[in-house]
Amino acid sequence: MMNITGLHLKNPTILAAGIMGTTGASLIRMAREGAGAVVTKSIGPQPKDGHSNPSMVKLECGYLNAMGLPNPSYEAFLPELEKAKDKAGVPVIASIFGGDPEEFRMVAEGLISGKPDAFELNVSCPHAMGYGASVGTDPSMVKAVTSAVCEIADAPVWVKLTPNVTDIVTIGKAAQAGGADAVVAINTVRGMAIDIHSGYPVLGNRFGGLSGEAVRPVAVKCVYDLNANLDIPIIGVGGISTWQHAVEMIMAGASAVQIGSGVFEGLNVFSDITAGINWFLKEHGYTKIEDITGIAHERF
Amino acid sequence: MLPMNANIVRIVDETPSTRTFFFDHSFEDAMIGQFVMVWIRGVDEIPMTLSYKNAVTVQKVGDATSRLFEIQEGGSVGLRGPFGRGFTLPEEGESALLIAGGVGAAPLAPLAEKALSVCSQVTTILGARNVNELLFMDRFLQCGQVYITTDDGSAHRCGFVTDVLDELDVSGYDRIYTCGPEMMMKRVFGILERERALERTEFSLHRYFKCGIGICGACCMDDAGVRVCKDGPVFNGKELVGSEFGEYSRGPSGQKKSF
Ligand SMILES: Cc1cc2nc3c(=O)[nH]c(=O)nc-3n(C[C@H](O)[C@H](O)[C@H](O)COP(=O)(O)OP(=O)(O)OC[C@H]3O[C@@H](n4cnc5c(N)ncnc54)[C@H](O)[C@@H]3O)c2cc1C
Ligand SMILES: Cc1cc2nc3c(=O)[nH]c(=O)nc-3n(C[C@H](O)[C@H](O)[C@H](O)COP(=O)(O)O)c2cc1C
Ligand code: FES
Repeated sequence: MMNITGLHLKNPTILAAGIMGTTGASLIRMAREGAGAVVTKSIGPQPKDGHSNPSMVKLECGYLNAMGLPNPSYEAFLPELEKAKDKAGVPVIASIFGGDPEEFRMVAEGLISGKPDAFELNVSCPHAMGYGASVGTDPSMVKAVTSAVCEIADAPVWVKLTPNVTDIVTIGKAAQAGGADAVVAINTVRGMAIDIHSGYPVLGNRFGGLSGEAVRPVAVKCVYDLNANLDIPIIGVGGISTWQHAVEMIMAGASAVQIGSGVFEGLNVFSDITAGINWFLKEHGYTKIEDITGIAHERF
Repeated sequence: MLPMNANIVRIVDETPSTRTFFFDHSFEDAMIGQFVMVWIRGVDEIPMTLSYKNAVTVQKVGDATSRLFEIQEGGSVGLRGPFGRGFTLPEEGESALLIAGGVGAAPLAPLAEKALSVCSQVTTILGARNVNELLFMDRFLQCGQVYITTDDGSAHRCGFVTDVLDELDVSGYDRIYTCGPEMMMKRVFGILERERALERTEFSLHRYFKCGIGICGACCMDDAGVRVCKDGPVFNGKELVGSEFGEYSRGPSGQKKSF
């Protein structure tokens, strides 16, 4: 068992927000597949259908998506959260979003009775107007949103950061100053693809966020920098689909990892990565993950 | 992969509400029952089962399908796929029963043709709103016996496919396949459960798709959390026991709506 901000995880692989996270049943399934914890789809104040399709495409180097924060609203999601909490058997983290501190607080309050093990604040979605990254690129807004939720939440608060800023450390520090218990990095990197047969941008929203293989080096650098400058734990996410990727992220400074696009490779990605990490630790004479967290910082 | 460009080389009006669009690309390795995501550029991208290796057969129901109907021969769409799990093909000498309602005939017609080459017997129950909406009747007739029902009695028997199914001895069929409106399939499910034939039956389902590749979770069904786009769209009857099938589904936001 590992302890991340008071949550007990049986392994360091966490299902990332927005992946198989719209229903209680799918969250439970991912937990049974081996995820050490699961994060819900980002839930907001009102029902949203999201952007029109194509909303996700696979590229040679990763994936592009512009889902547009589709969600049924916190009211309709509450029973799904309750169900996941009841049957998942692992910590369930509620990812939430809003346009301002008031909306974040409203959504968090609306979900509190579902007893999420933590809240993850999505201040980082790169392609939903007025939400996500439009909040998350402004340090004072990040601090205000974080403290608004921390004031009312009885569970730990994680803040998910966008890499689409000049200096992610400034934003991470703002989250920490607002009372965040951990930061999660990174959300997707702004990107776009164009259909050369017609000239149309491929995504229904025209542009979106890049994930998978291509963003891993970006994520590793963000986690490395955050680890060097913050006092709270960092959860690493971006392009992880093998245990080697996970170990790299942990060495950069992550206390645990999240896996998003990697589920495309198969739902056994969580159990495979867990087994690989355990093998690696043993093989190299380490006893626990903390032994390698951030060791890249000590190697010159 | 990014959507590939597919030129529409031929368009066939099948019924007043359905049209087949033939592409200049053939999905030779596609399993029968798999789908492609059809991108009508500037409008939407929607799932469609392959009704031939190189075609989809589309019923006009809303915005995207209406815009697709405006595309002429020589026009083009983007295609991703084929995706998902198709039908389990019958084995040599087996007998097959196909139950098709409305545009649900689209995945079953190629299955009937495939079955004809291996099966001892291929029987189809084909239902539609009225005589003009009977889809792929000729394709099914070439493969074996066809029972026809129309909701309004404008052809053959007035009523539903389930009226015929109720009277057939399903124990004579090694494999049963069905596709159509969910309420129709739910009644088929009820009859086959009673006849203890669910294990031999495959259902092709419909849920709202976003990514189409098993990542986003939009198409997940309760209670097992199965993804219709990846674990389906074809499911064995046993897999649907105790599920949301026939009860409710979720729309694009994830909000539930009852059937
Ligand atoms: C695996 C699969 C195979 C299908 N095969 C066929 C086929 O061969 N022929 C055929 O005519 N239809 C097929 N459909 C249904 C077809 O996708 C919808 O009729 C189409 O998306 C309607 O789009 P619209 O914009 O015209 O309608 P809208 O006005 O947008 O909606 C009408 C209804 O269409 C459905 N729909 C809309 N968008 C989607 C979407 N992204 N994913 C799933 N459903 C959607 C919804 O149920 C909605 O209530 C299939 C659906 C699935 C899931
Ligand atoms: C389809 C899809 C939907 C996503 N939805 C959300 C979301 O609702 N909230 C959020 O914070 N991040 C969301 N993300 C971002 C992921 O959680 C993750 O940060 C990012 O994809 C990088 O990780 P990966 O390379 O493992 O996918 C989404 C990503 C994808 C691919
Ligand atoms: S549509 Fe995204 S998982 Fe099925």
